[in-house]
Amino acid sequence: MNTLNTAMVEKYRNDFLKEVEENVEEGHWVKMCMQCGVCSGSCPFGPDWEHPPQEIFMMIRAGKRDEVLATESMWMCTSCYNCIVRCPRELPITHIMHGLANYAHRLGLAPKMNPTRRFAKIFWNNIAKTGRVNEMALSLKLYFMDGFASGVKKSLAMAGVGLGMLKTKRLNPFTLFRHKGVEKPKQLQAMLKKAKEIEDRRKGLAS
Amino acid sequence: MTNTVATNETILVVGAGISGLTAALESAECGKNVVLIEKNPSVGGRVSQLYKYFPKLCRPSCGLEINLRRLKANPRIKLLTMAEVTGIEGEPGDYRVAVQLQPRYVNENCTACGACAEAVTAEIDDPYNYQLKQIKAAYLPHNMAYPQRYVIDPSILGTEDAEKAKAACRYGAIDLDMQPQSIEIQAGAIIWATGWKPYDAAKIQPYGYDRFANVITSVEFERMMDPFGPTGGKLLRPSDGREAKNVAFIQCAGSRDRNHLTHCSRICCMASLKQATYIGEQYGDDSDARASIYYIDIRVIDRFEDFYEQVRADERVHFIKSKVANITEDRANGDVILHGVDTEGYHRYDNPHELCVLAIGMEPSVDASQINGGVASDASGFIAAGESTGAIFGAGCATNALDVNRAVQSATAASLRAIQVVNQVARAEA
Ligand SMILES: Cc1cc2nc3c(=O)[nH]c(=O)nc-3n(C[C@H](O)[C@H](O)[C@H](O)COP(=O)(O)OP(=O)(O)OC[C@H]3O[C@@H](n4cnc5c(N)ncnc54)[C@H](O)[C@@H]3O)c2cc1C
Repeated sequence: MNTLNTAMVEKYRNDFLKEVEENVEEGHWVKMCMQCGVCSGSCPFGPDWEHPPQEIFMMIRAGKRDEVLATESMWMCTSCYNCIVRCPRELPITHIMHGLANYAHRLGLAPKMNPTRRFAKIFWNNIAKTGRVNEMALSLKLYFMDGFASGVKKSLAMAGVGLGMLKTKRLNPFTLFRHKGVEKPKQLQAMLKKAKEIEDRRKGLAS
Repeated sequence: MTNTVATNETILVVGAGISGLTAALESAECGKNVVLIEKNPSVGGRVSQLYKYFPKLCRPSCGLEINLRRLKANPRIKLLTMAEVTGIEGEPGDYRVAVQLQPRYVNENCTACGACAEAVTAEIDDPYNYQLKQIKAAYLPHNMAYPQRYVIDPSILGTEDAEKAKAACRYGAIDLDMQPQSIEIQAGAIIWATGWKPYDAAKIQPYGYDRFANVITSVEFERMMDPFGPTGGKLLRPSDGREAKNVAFIQCAGSRDRNHLTHCSRICCMASLKQATYIGEQYGDDSDARASIYYIDIRVIDRFEDFYEQVRADERVHFIKSKVANITEDRANGDVILHGVDTEGYHRYDNPHELCVLAIGMEPSVDASQINGGVASDASGFIAAGESTGAIFGAGCATNALDVNRAVQSATAASLRAIQVVNQVARAEA
């Protein structure tokens, strides 16, 4: 088991709400939810969520730690912000959903095969390397993340779009070999490392 | 009308709804001289626009009538209608208040016979019926109106209609040369009882009040039940005039919402429970009749709990614990479809209804910041008690979203405070 997870279980015992308040981005808002349901009803992906946001907030308060951290629900959020705009109490629901997903990931409890989580990882590794997204590499990595056969199938399905983008100079295959990142990627990586250290310290996490 | 004699022992009451009437009557019946000013052509305020009163479900006309009788019997109260405060000067015990009077074009000779209305052809939107009905441009504000005196709408001045009205009057009551007047009133204390107004429903974008004919507000629903109202007392929906039997009520429409009014408007739960009984009253045992109340939580307090229990026991009334997320319209039949997720089980719903009533929030009709350069108020603009109010005392819904019972209590309290001020003035001068 992830050592951070063990430490957190030890630290907060049965108080999952407190754990969320102290460790999840914007988590201190969770107690403000009045269970009206407008967020859930306003979510365009609502029907596909196992637990809509309103239910997640209630589950957090009810201490359902395992269920909340392991669910795919918050990974479904597409950041459309409809819930934030409509929430009568102005909870930053989108941010809380991403905060929960991120926290679950760090604890090693996030669903391993969740596509959003996998995409987020690929995207992060891609952009953190040079400071600029290498779109060609990103797309290929994404298409081939489930293996060669499925990668070929996905690429073929998207071929029309790809060709169109080539024609309009929206895609440059040569960037696969020569990608222009920021001037000093080493310094960027040092900054990112430092930022993570500071954040971990603020949250009382050992990295 | 201009020769109103007022001294600094006079109490000025602004707004003649149930709260202003109460404050004026209580003060006058304690021997104080009162000037009561009202913006509209008649007194009674929003209460006169209700079909029935909770919790007893009696007619508001009944309670109003008692107060009107007290008013008529009391020579200490000077009533000015179509009057508004334009400025206040002075200090507690000695205020000079500028008041603007709008012309009614009808004087006290009027017997309310109605001949002028018959003579006139032009029509205007009826403010008493929230613009849902057309009335003649010479009109009595409503059947119970006090003063029982017609009004000529300024839009017909200088037209043939105005002359026709004048010619039709056998009592010489129509005076088309009346002008607006500015007068000054002296007063020792002021009771501010300008009440509330419904929140602008069109601002609640996801509910489509401005887009869907069959989304209406609770105040409009009250008018539909009135036999003299826009639909003759039938629940006929706006889109096609069909009887609406499957009616939804959305609670907290504009209230308890940081995007709209932050406060709880307090009476809307009781108002919707009351209006749910109207469905039963209209359709009896008709199995198609149903009221569905969508709520966050039902807030009915102390003795109102019994009323809630009674309504809950009615099989025609359904409760859905959920704030509706948005409304769409079924173009084929004009029905409205309410979308959301309920809190008891997190079930997603898309429920069609023939009519949807928004239990609209209440906001102050005059924001406290507009009174005498700004008096103490809460975050919503209701008058609060505080140093900066001086001897200007809020009463009724000018101080908070209140039901009639509590508005009257608040008015009585304000009257007592005002009496204390003018008593001090009297002692100082003795
Ligand atoms: C849908 C609905 C249903 C309701 N049903 C019930 C019920 O069944 N039972 C119950 O107890 N309560 C009910 N209420 C609440 C009730 O309407 C209020 O308690 C009541 O109107 C308060 O009276 P008021 O005199 O304080 O304010 P108002 O009724 O608003 O009266 C204020 C008066 O001041 C006048 N005025 C406004 N501005 C000025 C100005 N600038 N100068 C001079 N005059 C001015 C207005 O014209 C009006 O005559 C209901 C409310 C709603 C929204």
